[in-house]
Amino acid sequence: MPSILNRLRPYAMVAPALVVFSLFYLYPIGYMIHLSFHEWNFISPVKTYVGLNNYREMLADDTFLQVLRNSALYTVMTVLLATGTALPLAIWLNRKSAFHAFVQGAIFSPHIISLVSISLLWSWLMDPEYGLLNGLLHLFGISPLKWLNDPGTALVSLVIVAVWKSLGYNTLVFIAGLQSIPPELLEAAALDRSKPWTTFRRLILPMLSPTLFFLVIINLIGSFQVFETIAIMTQGGPINSTNTLVYYIYEYGFRFFKIGYASAAGVILLIIVGTLTLIYFRLLSRRVHYR
Amino acid sequence: MARIELIDVVKRFKGETVIPNLNLTIREGSFTVLVGPSGCGKSTTLRMIAGLERQTSGDIRIDGELVNDTEPGKRDVAMVFQNYALYPNMTVRGNIEFGLKNRGVPKRERERLIRDICEIAGLTPYLDKKPQSLSGGQRQRVALARAMVKNPKVFILDEPLSNLDAKLRGQMRTELIELHKRLGTTFVYVTHDQVEAMSMGDRIVVMNKGEVMQAAPPMVLYEDPDNLFTAQFIGTPPMNVLPASRLPGLRTEGEGHAEFVGFRPEHALLSPETAELTREGLVIAGQIATRESLGAEQVYKLRCEAGSFFVKSFLNPYVGGDFALAVVPFERLYFFDRDGNRLRRLRAVRPQLAAAGV
Ligand SMILES: Nc1ncnc2c1ncn2[C@@H]1O[C@H](COP(=O)(O)OP(=O)(O)O)[C@@H](O)[C@H]1O
Ligand SMILES: [Mg+2]
Repeated sequence: MPSILNRLRPYAMVAPALVVFSLFYLYPIGYMIHLSFHEWNFISPVKTYVGLNNYREMLADDTFLQVLRNSALYTVMTVLLATGTALPLAIWLNRKSAFHAFVQGAIFSPHIISLVSISLLWSWLMDPEYGLLNGLLHLFGISPLKWLNDPGTALVSLVIVAVWKSLGYNTLVFIAGLQSIPPELLEAAALDRSKPWTTFRRLILPMLSPTLFFLVIINLIGSFQVFETIAIMTQGGPINSTNTLVYYIYEYGFRFFKIGYASAAGVILLIIVGTLTLIYFRLLSRRVHYR
Repeated sequence: MARIELIDVVKRFKGETVIPNLNLTIREGSFTVLVGPSGCGKSTTLRMIAGLERQTSGDIRIDGELVNDTEPGKRDVAMVFQNYALYPNMTVRGNIEFGLKNRGVPKRERERLIRDICEIAGLTPYLDKKPQSLSGGQRQRVALARAMVKNPKVFILDEPLSNLDAKLRGQMRTELIELHKRLGTTFVYVTHDQVEAMSMGDRIVVMNKGEVMQAAPPMVLYEDPDNLFTAQFIGTPPMNVLPASRLPGLRTEGEGHAEFVGFRPEHALLSPETAELTREGLVIAGQIATRESLGAEQVYKLRCEAGSFFVKSFLNPYVGGDFALAVVPFERLYFFDRDGNRLRRLRAVRPQLAAAGV
């Protein structure tokens, strides 16, 4: 008897976690995959099996292809800008002074503000007529932009908001990475007559690569799932120029009530994010541990 | 080869004075060891020589040239760090080559230098390995090779052996001494271990609280210490020190008033009875508290009225029971004043001179 109890104990311990995980993650994913082969309007008791029809229809939809393109473009721009600006900022902020600590805190604060507030704030900042940004442009004699109202600039405008929000977090992670580099290494490099740029390229950047990699993946996955800013600031417009995957799913599911179709798009998102996560863990286990 | 001079060097860290005023000349071609307790400013001194830390005031000269404003890479100084500080993302070859590349040494020349140095250091089989896959001793050799290949004027080494196990440490000690002989370059070596200092240096600088207590060859430090600190820092066990006022048999003549009397444990002789020994030296009666036999030598700890002290003997173990008389020849006594400074002009008076008067 005690031996059986002993064997059951670990399962009993993890049971709550397993229940939660199954109920709120596994089951919905399974149900979504199931729904993607059906046609259903959310209300009717009948779910009609349609096989791969939803997928076929989706891949033939020009809007969906544009949505995929938008998502990819948004993600690439966000990731490049977010990591590309955070790294120099981290190098600059990696000092102990009250001023640097203040700047660090200041750029981190957007990270803890709700996305809804941020969206409203930036909608106002980017307002073509009364917005602060156009006022600034005017000061420098640049003609005003239409920001969110122009298909040419709307997606970039959303990228700016995303970069602004994630900058503090990314910078903080980079600073942590920089601080994990033993100072003697940089001193050894100085004694080796290494110029600052050489030290950065040959020593700091390679030592920082696990951090960089972590941030790229985290931002990649996050960007693919962008929703709040789009829902509040552009509703996917103008003319679908900011319509991305999650917003597309939301529209089909909760505005057009084509649950089966939305589920099929959800499966596509699952595949993309799943693949990225898999790559992350695969490379994570192989990444070099510098000590 | 270069001489290093530190002139009136002061170092403060945010108001905390670590080095109040340092004047030190490190002779060219010498193997100079800075030794002292942890936190006494040895590393700080080294780092100022290397240019990794700037002195608050004062001058540093290398080879006569003022280097106050010379950046580390331009001082022609190579440093071996305690934790080696090898570049973890580069192979052994990359680590050694990095400094050469930055100096603009052409590829052919670089390859020849690396080949030669790795031959000497026994690193040839590991050229394409990363430091993480090497043992402590091998990493140490890479760090040395990386320093040597630059053919610097000065080598500075900050506790380079403290991360190695005892056996390897002994081996590397010998290798470093040989290396210094072969290269003839100035070595500045930091350690907190006086045994290491005594066995390696041809000149030892004893430091305490940022000040030089004494700078001299090892045997001079041992035989002729300037002060109590040096006397008690060098030697195992260290020099015995007893308050002069508690030693009734002692009379002195000459300049100064002896506050403390010191003698080396190996200069005292144990004897069961007084005999005529009183005429030869100072006699201290004591109880043997502990005995430690190290094979060739015996170390006794004695307790007497004036305090406790050690006696080291290379003779057969003492058999006279727990009571013993320790006899220290008069010429082996050291006298120190209240501040711990050596009183060189003070001598012990032999009792027979006094007895002649009776
Ligand atoms: N960068 C620094 N900032 C503040 N204090 C320091 C710094 N480096 C060293 N110190 C202080 O200077 C003293 C001497 O340090 P160090 O030269 O490393 O001693 P040692 O190498 O002899 O053990 C210590 O009290 C240490 O706390
Ligand atoms: Mg030190």
